[in-house]
Amino acid sequence: MSAHLETILAGRSICICVGSGGVGKTTTSAAIAVAMAQRGLKVAVLTIDPARRLADSLGLAELGNVPSPVELEEIEGEGELWAMMLDPKATFDEVIQRYSPDEESRQRILGNRIYQQISGALAGSQEYMAMEKLYELDEDEDFDLLILDTPPSRNALDFLDAPRRVTQFVEGRAMRLFVRPTGFGARIAGRGFSVVSSVLRRVTGGDLIADLSEFFSAMAVLLGGFRERAERVEALLRDERTTFLVVTGPAGEPVKEAGYLRGKLAEGDLPLGAVIVNRVHAAADAGDQRLLLADVIGDPDLRDRILAAYEGRRLLAARDRENVATLRSGSPGVPVFEVPELSEEIHDLPGLAEFARLLMPA
Amino acid sequence: MTGKGGVGKTTVAYALGLTAAAAGKRTIVCEIARQERGSELFGIEPIGFNEVRVGDGLWAISIDPDRMVREYLEVLLPVRAMASLLYRSNLFAYLAAATPGLQEVVSIGKAYELTLDVRRAPGDGRVYDLVIVDSPATGHGVGFLEAPGTFRRIARGGPLADQASRIERMITDPERCGVGIVATPEEMAVNESADLADGLAEAGVALDELYVNELFPDRFSAAEIDEIRAARERVESPALDAAIAEAERAAAQRIELERLRGILPGVPAHELPFLFTSGFGEAELRDLAEELAR
Repeated sequence: MSAHLETILAGRSICICVGSGGVGKTTTSAAIAVAMAQRGLKVAVLTIDPARRLADSLGLAELGNVPSPVELEEIEGEGELWAMMLDPKATFDEVIQRYSPDEESRQRILGNRIYQQISGALAGSQEYMAMEKLYELDEDEDFDLLILDTPPSRNALDFLDAPRRVTQFVEGRAMRLFVRPTGFGARIAGRGFSVVSSVLRRVTGGDLIADLSEFFSAMAVLLGGFRERAERVEALLRDERTTFLVVTGPAGEPVKEAGYLRGKLAEGDLPLGAVIVNRVHAAADAGDQRLLLADVIGDPDLRDRILAAYEGRRLLAARDRENVATLRSGSPGVPVFEVPELSEEIHDLPGLAEFARLLMPA
Repeated sequence: MTGKGGVGKTTVAYALGLTAAAAGKRTIVCEIARQERGSELFGIEPIGFNEVRVGDGLWAISIDPDRMVREYLEVLLPVRAMASLLYRSNLFAYLAAATPGLQEVVSIGKAYELTLDVRRAPGDGRVYDLVIVDSPATGHGVGFLEAPGTFRRIARGGPLADQASRIERMITDPERCGVGIVATPEEMAVNESADLADGLAEAGVALDELYVNELFPDRFSAAEIDEIRAARERVESPALDAAIAEAERAAAQRIELERLRGILPGVPAHELPFLFTSGFGEAELRDLAEELAR
């Protein structure tokens, strides 16, 4: 390994972990947080995963929408570890609260039927809320390092585009059409708009259009705040204080996903710090073991089964070696760190600390 | 089919498809994702928004919500010119982007259309006995199935809401629709499956089967493991190390498997083996299909 993960994180205040599902992204995020807290930093780890995996990893029953401190006694740490699970709905409400010029506009939005359903459903809204929270914590709190665990990779891309997409959506043509379907909107759509509009109403029923129109006009007063904030969030992602880590497993599918993500980060001009490969089966190739086993295992049938296990292991080790080599050759200049397959799942702080030792040796 | 990311949901969906097709059911697997995997698994050209034959009695389709819109409008609106007008204006696409649940209604709407005895979509009108939907990973999994209801509540009336109601009725009819949860026998995947089962119960959707994927072989008895450990004390051997590591993994997996069964006692759990292979293709799918047929 050409560099140490600690040097990649040195001087960074934001670390965003991306990767496909089931690769240990949450565990990795939490373990890095533990490692950096052990090194004396004040670290917060955020997850937007709705399945409460981080809560599992940290041995916490429940995480709120604000970071709460994690007791480090079990593992000895100089610094502080905080953890939170994002509640997208609550964060969305907070955002509305922040940008509403007055109580009346706020109530108008919070009470809107479309709004009440939208916070989890609007494409990218959950991801946008994670960005909001990240930005808010970066601005308002005094953490040395914020680590963000993102949803699986295809979503992680939504996540990268989220700030821009939400603003475009709110200020876009769609909104104008629905807000003023006879004035400005009609001019955009050109002649025949009223025909199109009546066809749409025919398909959807009039209520939906009326509600959408109401929702968008209520949102319009918030637009300036949204846009400005989204621009700042986007700048934060490209800031030199920020680094992205691609987390993957050693099998073919996640490795392919990792390559795809790496390309997307490069496309978006987002800084990739390192690739982390979890659950790598260590090389076990020591040639034929038959003779050696004959000395220590009497039962030939048991010997055969041990050899079968060995064969399986060798196959996985060869597969992993090849896939990791592919990752390395595809990421020139980017360090690739491997964490070996562990015999037990990690579900507590000592486990995370152990994982951290493998990933970031002291 | 639903489940946490990375548990092999898509491969199990196709394996189940092969099993059903072998049992004489005309089956189609719908991948709802931006990037389908079926073409790679079967070694064929990319599967698009067409019903592609991938084996005897087995078809596949990749549902991209954006491309769905036009066909959807054509099915929905009696006059083709009207559908075309609405499509060209992009207004419906805007609406789909703005309205909670509509995008999902359009995706599930296609799966629903595939189940019809008289097909409405353009094509050769093939009728299927079984439609297997490889839904997005958990977290979005139950939300995906709830989308028609969400949309119906928002829209209240009109043909789209009626369509959403029909889809909702199908999804919540245990005679016509059931969910299979795919999980690996690991703590977090089991926890997530339990959450998913709760979500399904709340949404009124039947949970039919569990597919426990990637089970390591349980090759050694407790006495044999002791013997292997004792031998390992005497000699260095990567073969013995491999046997011990595998036995530990297999034992941990059995604990999680039993825990999953305990959490969802009434749901049949199919066990699928971990396949020691460097790549995954049709041969491996057929191996899994054979296991499922047992």
